[in-house]
Amino acid sequence: MNVFNDHKKLYPIAGALFLTLTILVVIVPAFQNQKNNAPFPSSKPLTKEQKAGKLVYISEGCVGCHSQQVRNVEMDRVFGSRPGMPSDYANIGRTSIWQNTATLMGTERTGPDLTDVGNRQTSRDWNLMHLYNPRSVVSQSIMPSYKWLFEIKENPGYNDVVVNIPSQFMNGQSGKVVASKEALHLFAYLQSLKQIPLPEGTRPFEFLYKKSVSGKTEGTKNAVSLDGKVLFTANCQSCHQENGEGVKGAFPALKGSPIVNGDNLELYVDIIMNGYDARAEFGVMANVGTNMEFTENEVTAIINYERSSWGNNGRKVTAEEIKKIMDFVKIKSTAK
Amino acid sequence: MNKKSNIILLVIIFLSKPGFSQIGQNFITSNNQSFSNCLVIFFSILPLVIFIGSLYFNFLKLIGQKNQAQVSTARLDFKEYLKNLSKVQIEKYYKIKKIKCDGKCNGSCVKLKSVAVVLFLFFLNSYGFAQTGTSTKVVMSQPGIVITIVLLMIPVLLGVVYALILVNNSIKHYLNSKKIVDAEKLATFITTNEDSDLEIEIAKRKKSLDFELTNVELSGSEAPVDAKGLLHNVSDKHEVHFTALKKKAAQRPSIDADVSMLILWYLGCAAFWLVVGTGIGEYVGMKFVAPDLDHISWLSFGRIRPVHTNIVFWGWASLGMIGLGYYVVPMVSNAKIYNIKWGWIALVLTNLMVILGSICLMSGMSNGGGEFREYIWPVMALFAVALILTLANFLLTVANRTTKEIYISNWYIISAIIFTIIVALVAYLPFWQDGVSETIVQGYFMHSGVGMWFTLYTLGLLYYFIPQQINKPIYAYSLGILAFWTQILFYTLIGTHHFIFAPLPWWLQTVAIVGSVGMIIPVVAATINFTMTFKGQWNKISHSYTLPFFLVAVMYYLIVSLQGTAEAFKFTNLIWHFTDFTIAHAHLGFYGIITFAIWGGVYTIVPRLTGKEPPQHLVGAHFWLAFIGLLFYTIPLSIGATLRGLMWAEGKPFIDSVVLMFDFWLWRAIGGSIMFISHILFFYNFFKMTVKEVEEIDIKEEAFKILENQVQTNQ
Repeated sequence: MNVFNDHKKLYPIAGALFLTLTILVVIVPAFQNQKNNAPFPSSKPLTKEQKAGKLVYISEGCVGCHSQQVRNVEMDRVFGSRPGMPSDYANIGRTSIWQNTATLMGTERTGPDLTDVGNRQTSRDWNLMHLYNPRSVVSQSIMPSYKWLFEIKENPGYNDVVVNIPSQFMNGQSGKVVASKEALHLFAYLQSLKQIPLPEGTRPFEFLYKKSVSGKTEGTKNAVSLDGKVLFTANCQSCHQENGEGVKGAFPALKGSPIVNGDNLELYVDIIMNGYDARAEFGVMANVGTNMEFTENEVTAIINYERSSWGNNGRKVTAEEIKKIMDFVKIKSTAK
Repeated sequence: MNKKSNIILLVIIFLSKPGFSQIGQNFITSNNQSFSNCLVIFFSILPLVIFIGSLYFNFLKLIGQKNQAQVSTARLDFKEYLKNLSKVQIEKYYKIKKIKCDGKCNGSCVKLKSVAVVLFLFFLNSYGFAQTGTSTKVVMSQPGIVITIVLLMIPVLLGVVYALILVNNSIKHYLNSKKIVDAEKLATFITTNEDSDLEIEIAKRKKSLDFELTNVELSGSEAPVDAKGLLHNVSDKHEVHFTALKKKAAQRPSIDADVSMLILWYLGCAAFWLVVGTGIGEYVGMKFVAPDLDHISWLSFGRIRPVHTNIVFWGWASLGMIGLGYYVVPMVSNAKIYNIKWGWIALVLTNLMVILGSICLMSGMSNGGGEFREYIWPVMALFAVALILTLANFLLTVANRTTKEIYISNWYIISAIIFTIIVALVAYLPFWQDGVSETIVQGYFMHSGVGMWFTLYTLGLLYYFIPQQINKPIYAYSLGILAFWTQILFYTLIGTHHFIFAPLPWWLQTVAIVGSVGMIIPVVAATINFTMTFKGQWNKISHSYTLPFFLVAVMYYLIVSLQGTAEAFKFTNLIWHFTDFTIAHAHLGFYGIITFAIWGGVYTIVPRLTGKEPPQHLVGAHFWLAFIGLLFYTIPLSIGATLRGLMWAEGKPFIDSVVLMFDFWLWRAIGGSIMFISHILFFYNFFKMTVKEVEEIDIKEEAFKILENQVQTNQ
């Protein structure tokens, strides 16, 4: 055919075909998205600090291991309460004149997804320790250490944020570890990563591929089918550690703890659901239970696991009594 | 005596048989029907079966031969024997006819010793059986025990074989004693024979046996002369080769020295970036195993991971491909390259882009978006200019072509450059990048980067190199054209399959999945085309040091592309997405297809440009290390990633899935190291092919130089 023997026809035809397809599958949907998807009314733009933190997140290449997208599949439920929507990303614009837009959705989960990490892990002490050396709080972690975001000072000033690093992670250095501005910005950005609740009356997309026999699926949830160890590993272990001994100067031990073994169930449940900040020698505990929307069955499973592990020997509790306490604790916390 | 000993032997064997079968029954009753037990039983009974079986056959043979021997004695025809004598025997015959002697032959003695050995082995055997029998009840399901028993059975089996040989020998001795009687009869016949007809027959036979070839019947007695000067470098020394001897590169029309230099610089830069890029990749891989390897921000995982991927993308593969393009495009157009200077500018720009881009990423200046789009736009703009220059250069070369048609390689290569310029513009222009749109563009960019730049261009190169190296036209030109158009049609659509279940328009995800299935058409078409070109010429692969590289590229093209199709489905996304399966797939594709094809190309054309060949055994070492390293890298990673995905689906804690991967990450680091070693070999080979060394003195050349000098000085 003549067309195929004429470079003035062949290449323009091929190029035009490619360009047309490109417009159809990229340019058109991209413009459509920009036109049709607005940010949620309740979403707030990043503050100056958080923005600076996002720049740190981008420079350090965190997206290489951490995704920021909750897919509408059941296995992603651990990373957020609802599947992501285009509106979640709608207020993300160009980073700077030099840098392109970064939704940071990512394609790799060598580490966990961070879409909702601002709800999941709120403790500043934990986050800073984790950034200084992840192995100081999660012994099996392979995340890099970001020591260059910290300074070592002999005499930290009044405004300095001191991080209590266990001595084996100090490499023999003396002095106090102080978080730099970048580290605090990065923390601020991580805390800004929260799934925005949908406006009243809006139903989120459903999670697909539910397991037929699942601890997580509504309705089939009961205390017996739930594995307290799995829940503990996923939600509590990063601070209180696998051996229940916590981290000195940061996270209290559960092993031999009077609260875990004692009879004050109300305080126990209150701590799990609403956090704790009564002891100056330890960091602040976030309202993990409320953030993770624990049900009475999950709380029961965790309590029973903690009460029967590491030599602890507390009384087993039932879902019914925990349910009552949880209702009471909820009223108390909202009344505050 | 002989007979007796054999009978005793047989009786012993049959007596011991029930004992054995009992032990076998013990096995069966004590086993819990597990596979391992069956295995043990099988291996235990095997020697027994072999022994009894072969004894039975020997016995049959014995009986048969005995009968035969009796029959043949009756019909012994000594004349037939004498007519079939060999040369030596005839000579002896004549000798004996003169000097009569009476030969006495010794009969064989009874092999008591052998019987003893057999018996000993037997008891040893049964002792071994008893041992395994008792242990079965306790620990038979342990794999270690099973392996030990199987290993122990090997000497037992060998013992049985040895015993059989001894038995066989005894039987033969018995049969020979019969034959000796016949031989004595024949001897007496020879001495007493006076038949003249038979004498004539023997004389005739001797004459024909005496005939010998002179070995010059066909060649004549003249020495060979190469009258037309067709033979070169004929070696009359024969050496032992420890590796396969490959064909030398064929002499090709020489290329313009300026173009040659440009190509060599492209390929040399590419080889350099390959070593640097994969060296960094190796370091990145080690950080999975030892996360506290260093605490330097410029070398931290998040920063150098994109440095690795971008260097191998732009520095190695892109420069390598463009360099080969500067050879292929003018060659198949039968025209000179349009402008060499543009080529140099593009080379400098691309190198600059890789250097600046790497520094930017390590210092923390990154787009942060997605794969292969980490370089910020001012850096990427350098590459865009380089691409435009390359496009203009190639296009104008094709415009000046002296052939009527545009060879298919140039369809692929030039289209790849056109498409890549479009892809880069779409990826970096800011108008359609807000919110999720950035992700839509990202999916398109990273997949078109692979499919429209690397795959399309490499296919173009393969359409030149494979037929050229096989010395046979491409199987079907039209299949190449079909693959070309369908590749454009389907590959453009499938970018979003990297974001299945993400909050992107569902119709776009569906189009991507459908397009991924459509990719079967161009992939199968191209594979058929290449393999049918190989057909009938497979033997050439073992004689060539370039064809194995191309063959690997073609095979991986089929396998990895179809794997990509399978990965695009919804269920596979559920398990494999976000895991290291993607990493394994990317390496299979990028390394298996693109990198192997470029290596093949480099080994093909550099010897043509420089006249120097790489050390062949090192090319072989490079090939095998790269090939095996890739398997070590990808197979464990794929397995681990699948297990990890399943773990996530089961809702196990995330950190458990990290712990699960430790071993697989270690294997990846090992595989990566093997691959890296092969790259160093490649770099060395490239060095050997290009860099001028002190030339070995050719004695003939040197002699003439001396003579010429003498003539000059005399004048």
